[in-house]
Amino acid sequence: MDQWAFVIGAYALTLTGTALISLSSWRTMRAQEAEARRLTER
Amino acid sequence: MHRFANPARFLKIARPLTVWLFWPGLLLLLIGCACGLFVSPADYLQGDTVRILYIHVPAAWLGMGGWSGIAIAALMQLVWRHPLAAVAGRATAVPGAFFTAICLITGSIWGRPTWGTWWEWDGRMTSMLVLFFLYLGYIALANASTRQGPGGVSAVAAIFGLVGAVNIPIINRSVVWWNSLHQGPSITLRGSSIDSALLWPLGFTLTGFTLLFAAIVVMRMRAILARTKVEARMQRLARG
Repeated sequence: MDQWAFVIGAYALTLTGTALISLSSWRTMRAQEAEARRLTER
Repeated sequence: MHRFANPARFLKIARPLTVWLFWPGLLLLLIGCACGLFVSPADYLQGDTVRILYIHVPAAWLGMGGWSGIAIAALMQLVWRHPLAAVAGRATAVPGAFFTAICLITGSIWGRPTWGTWWEWDGRMTSMLVLFFLYLGYIALANASTRQGPGGVSAVAAIFGLVGAVNIPIINRSVVWWNSLHQGPSITLRGSSIDSALLWPLGFTLTGFTLLFAAIVVMRMRAILARTKVEARMQRLARG
C-alpha cells in the first residue's frame, strides 16, 4: 500500500478530530454563557 | 497563582486568553502540518511515513501533559482547596483523552507500514493504552461525583487523578526499561537524535497543538463555570 495513504489517513483523522473537539467546546461554552447571561438579566 | 484562583478574576483573563491561545495555535498548527507534509524531506529508511511524527509526537505530549495537569490540579484541590483547581482538572480530561486516543491511532497507522503490524503489546503502547483507560475512568468519576465547589470534582476523583500520575514516568521510561518495537527516546534534554532537516516542523506542530489544547481547556472551564452559575441561579429561583 502507498505510504501516502497512511500519512493522509493519520493527518485527516487528527485534524478533523481536533476541529470537532474545538468546535464542540466553543459551542458548549457559548451556549452555557448565553444561558447564564439570560438568567442574570431576568 | 492564588490570585487567579478566583473564578471572577479568572473569567476576566479567560475571555481574551481564549482568542490569544486559539488563533496563534491554529496558525502554527497549519504551518507545521503543511511544512511536515510538503517541505521537510522523507526519511531515508522510513520514507514518507516519517511525516506522521509531526502529529503523533504532539498528541503523545498532550496525552501525558494533560494527565500531569490533572494531577497538579488534584493536588491544588486537595491541599489548598483552590476553587478553580477542580474545574481545571475536569476541563482537561476530555481533550487529554482525545489526544491520547489520537496518539494511539496515529502510532498504529505509523506502525503498519514501518513495523508490519498495527499493534504490539509492548511497554510503550500498553502503558499509553492504560493512560487512555485512566482518562475514561477519571471522566466517569468526575461526572458521577458529588460536586464540591463550583462545577468541580469530588475528592475521590482528585485522588484518582493524583494516583494515576504514576503511569506518566512509566510511559516515559517504558522504552528504556523493556524491549520494545517502539524506538528509544529520540528527543532528550541533551539533544535530539533526529536530523534537524526533519525536526524543525515539529516545533510548529508541538507549539500549535499545545496552544490549541490550552484554548480548549479554557473554553471548557468557561462552560463549566457558566453552567454552575446557571444551576445556582435555578436553585435560587426554585426556592423563590
